[in-house]
Amino acid sequence: MTYRLHINGQVHAVDVPGEMPLLWVLRESLGLVGTKFGCGMALCGACTVHVDGQPQRSCRLPVASVGDAQVTTIEHIGHTEIGARLQKAWLDTDVMQCGYCQAGQIMSAAAMLAATPKPSRDDIHAAMSGNICRCACYNRIETAIRIAAGLEPAGEPQQERDHVA
Amino acid sequence: MWPERRTFLKASLLAGGGLALEAFIAVPARVLAAAGGAGAAAAAVHAELTAFVSIAPDGVVTITARNPEMGQGTKTSLPMIVADELDCDWDQVRIVQADADFARYGAQTAGGSNSTPSSWLPMRQTGAAARAMLLQAAAQQWSVPVAELTTSKGRIAHAASGRSCGYGDVASAAAQLAPPAPESVPLKQPGEFTVIGRAIAGIDGPRVLRGEPLFGIDTRLPGMLYAVYEVAPAHGGRLVKANVEAAKAAPGVKHVVPLTGDGDADSGLADGVAIVATHWWLANEARAKLDVQWDLSRAQGHSTAAYRARAGEALEKGGGTELRRDGDPDAALAGAAKRVSARYEYPFLAHGSLEPQNCTALFKGGKVEMWAPTQAPARGRELVQKLLGLPALEDVTVHVTRCGGGFGRRLMHDYMLQAAAIAKALPGTPVQLIWSREDDIRRDYYRAAGWHGLEAGLDADGRLIAFTDHFVTFGEGGSTARGANFTPTLPPADLIPNLGFTQTTMPTVLTTGWLRAPGSNALCFMSQGFLDEVAQAAGKDLPALMLELLGERRVIPPFGGRGVPFDTGRARAVIEKVLRTSAWSVKPLAAQTDPAGARRAKGFAFYFCHRGYFAEVVDASVTGTEVTVHKVWVAGDVGSHIINPFGAENQVRGAIIDGLAQALAGQAIEVVDGVVQQSNFHDYPLARMPITPEINIAWVKSDNPPTGLGEPALPPVIPALTNAIHAATGTRIRSLPVKLPAA
Ligand code: FES
Ligand code: FES
Repeated sequence: MTYRLHINGQVHAVDVPGEMPLLWVLRESLGLVGTKFGCGMALCGACTVHVDGQPQRSCRLPVASVGDAQVTTIEHIGHTEIGARLQKAWLDTDVMQCGYCQAGQIMSAAAMLAATPKPSRDDIHAAMSGNICRCACYNRIETAIRIAAGLEPAGEPQQERDHVA
Repeated sequence: MWPERRTFLKASLLAGGGLALEAFIAVPARVLAAAGGAGAAAAAVHAELTAFVSIAPDGVVTITARNPEMGQGTKTSLPMIVADELDCDWDQVRIVQADADFARYGAQTAGGSNSTPSSWLPMRQTGAAARAMLLQAAAQQWSVPVAELTTSKGRIAHAASGRSCGYGDVASAAAQLAPPAPESVPLKQPGEFTVIGRAIAGIDGPRVLRGEPLFGIDTRLPGMLYAVYEVAPAHGGRLVKANVEAAKAAPGVKHVVPLTGDGDADSGLADGVAIVATHWWLANEARAKLDVQWDLSRAQGHSTAAYRARAGEALEKGGGTELRRDGDPDAALAGAAKRVSARYEYPFLAHGSLEPQNCTALFKGGKVEMWAPTQAPARGRELVQKLLGLPALEDVTVHVTRCGGGFGRRLMHDYMLQAAAIAKALPGTPVQLIWSREDDIRRDYYRAAGWHGLEAGLDADGRLIAFTDHFVTFGEGGSTARGANFTPTLPPADLIPNLGFTQTTMPTVLTTGWLRAPGSNALCFMSQGFLDEVAQAAGKDLPALMLELLGERRVIPPFGGRGVPFDTGRARAVIEKVLRTSAWSVKPLAAQTDPAGARRAKGFAFYFCHRGYFAEVVDASVTGTEVTVHKVWVAGDVGSHIINPFGAENQVRGAIIDGLAQALAGQAIEVVDGVVQQSNFHDYPLARMPITPEINIAWVKSDNPPTGLGEPALPPVIPALTNAIHAATGTRIRSLPVKLPAA
C-alpha cells in the first residue's frame, strides 16, 4: 500500500505494509537515520518524532495512522526556533556522551518547550522521564533545557563551577 | 607507568604536501599477549601506532583517533593532548576515526580506562616533535636560530625580524627533516597548557544533534537488506529444525538462513536462523512464523534459584580454593575480642547500551567488509577471519563506527560473527543485522552474580585484626568465568596482618563478561558495605576505619608482583577531601527525620580501581520502601591533569547515576532453565531523569600521569548509598538490587 507522508515539510510516497511503524519507514525507506531504535516498545524515547507538534514514539506508530499529519524529525528540528535554541544549549553544555539517545531527548524537549516555555523542574522531569539516556547525561540535559528556556544563563553551568579542588 | 614501552617517530610528506608524523610504540610480545593481542604474539617486538598527526599546507591539523568512541570522550580528549604540545589552535584540528588494523594500531581496544594513561606521554611527545620540526623548518627558511622562534595557535613568529608564518607554510619543508628522538623534545610545563584542561565539547556533537549518520546502525549501503538472527530461548540451545518456508513467505522477506554454530556463543557462533528482509521490522515480524524446535537440554537446571541454593550450601560448608592468605586468619578470628560476620550477594546484570547490537557486512570475492560498533575491533576482525575460514586477516576489513554506548558489552563480538556468517551466505548482498532489545537483554555477556561469606575480627581496642571472604562465583575446570574473578587486593588486604580469600565456583550456561568497572562494581559494594558493619562494631564510622587502616603514606606493591601499586597517601587524600566537601560530621546512625517522616542520612565509601582513587558520600532519605538520593559528593584522584573537564565530569556523572540505577532501579537478570526472564526496559529498568541527584565533583590533583575515567567513579557510590540507607533506617542492605522491607 502506498502512503503519502508529510515529513519535514516535504511529501514522501512510500510503499510499505500499513502496520509498519513509522520509525522503520523513516530509517529504512527514507534514509532519515537520525531517529533511533532503542526498544521498539515505547519505553526509551530514542525514536521520538513530532506528529503535528506532539511528541510520539515512532516505534509504535503504524505508518497507516499518520495520515496527513505533519511529521518533524531530528533532521529538521534545527530549522525551528526552539529546536535551534536547544541544539545550541546542548552543545554549549556538552550534554552528550555516546549521543545515541540525544535525538529523542531534543525532540521531547522541543515539544515540551513549545507547550511550556518556562518549565519547572517537575515539568522537565515529567516531560523527559520517558527518554532513557543509558550514559546518564541527565544533569546536563536538564541544565541545557533550562538554558534554552532562558531560565539559566548560558556558559558553564553553576553546578559544574564549584568542582575545582 | 608503562616502563616496557618506548616511542619512536616517523616523518613523511603528505600526498598533497604537508607533514605527516607517526609515533610508534615498541611493545614487547609478552606484554601484548597479556593484553589479548594473540595475533602478534609471535613477533619479538611489535610496533604499534599510537599517534598519527598531519599538518596540511592550509594549516589544517588532522589527528587520528585510534580507539573506538562510545561516549567515553577519548575521540576528543586524546587529540587534545597532541594539539596542546603542537601548540595549535583547537579550531584547526580535524579528527578521523581509524579502521581496525592490528599490524598498524595494535588492539585498538576501548576498555579498562586504559586509553588515557597509555597515550599521555607518547601523544605529548608526538605533538612536541611535530612542533619542533616545524620550528626547525622555519628557522632554516629564515636563516635564524631556532631558539629565537616562538609559536602560538598554529603560527610561528620571529620577534626580532617581525616575520611570521602558519604551520602549513612550512609543513612540507618540515617533512624533509629527520624527526627528533621523542625523549629529547622539551615538553610544556603544566602551566603552559592551552588546550589540556579546557572544557571542550565532544567533537561529534553537532553531527549527532543534526541526526547525521554516525553510529553502526546508521550504516547504509546500496541494495542493503536487514536481518534478524533468531537464537534459542535458553543459553546453549541447539537448533533442531525450523519452518524456513513459512518465514520466507512472510511480507518483505528475501532470505531465510539457518546457521549451525558451535553452540557456544562465547567464542563463536550460536546456532540460529537468520531472516533477511527489505526492512528490519518485517524480518522481525517473520520470526513468529519460524516455529523453531530447539534442543534446550544443556540449560536444564540453570536457574537463579538453583545457583543461589548452591552458593548457600558452599558458604555453609566453607573452604574453597585459596586465593590469598596472609598471616593466620583462622587463629586471629578465633582469638578476636569481637567478631562480625555477614553474607552478601548481587545479581547478574545486563549492559543495556542504548544502540542495540548491530553490524553491517558485505561478503564479496572471498573477502568481507564490515561496519561495526565495537570496542575491540582488532579482536573482532581476527574472530571473523577464523569463523569464515578466510586465508588472511586482510580479507576482513572492519570500519569502526561510533558506538551508542559500550560499557564493556562491545568487547565481545557475537553480533559481528553473526553478521559475517549471514553475509557469507548471501554473497554480494550487504546485510545489516540488528538485534531487538529483547535479543540484547537475553543474550548479553552478563556481569556475573556472586555470593560472599565474610568474617572479621576485632581486638579488645576495636582494631581490625582478621578478615576472611569466601567468594562463590561461576567457573569450570579450575578457571573463573569471564569477568567473575576476585580482586586479591580488596581492602583490607595489605592493611591488616591476618587475611584469607577463598573461592568456590559453579558452572553456568549464561555467558558472562565485563561491565563498566568489571569486578569492582560488585566487590566494592560487598567490601565497603561489610567494612561499614565492622566500623560500627568497633564504635567508629567507615571513613575513620579506612583512615586508620590506611595509616602512614606509603606505596604498597601489587599483590604477586603484577598490576598497579596502591598509594595509601592518595587514598587518604580523596577520603579527606570528600569528608570536607560533604561536611561529613555524622557519626554512625545520626539520622534525621524530616517533617514528612522520611529518615535521612549520609553514607560513605572508598575504592581504588583502574588506577583511579575515589571516595564518595551519598545523602539519601527513605520513606517507607522508597529511597531518594538527594546529593552525591565525589572526590577523585586520576593524576596530574583533567584533560577535558567537560568529558571528565560527564564520565563521573554517568558512572554515579549508573551505580545508583544498579542499586535502586531494580536491575537484576534472572534465569530459569537457561532462559533469561527479563526482556526489555520494563522489566530491566535503566536510570531515568528523576533518579538523578545533584552531583558535586572535586578533583584531587597528584603528581601522576592522568588516567582514564570511564570506570573508577562507579563502584563506591553503591556502598555509599547502602551505608546511607543503613544510617537512616538501621536496615543493612546485603543484597542488590535494594529492596526495603515494608514497615
Ligand atoms: S525505540 Fe521507540 S521508545 Fe524505544
Ligand atoms: S548519550 Fe548515550 S544514551 Fe544518552
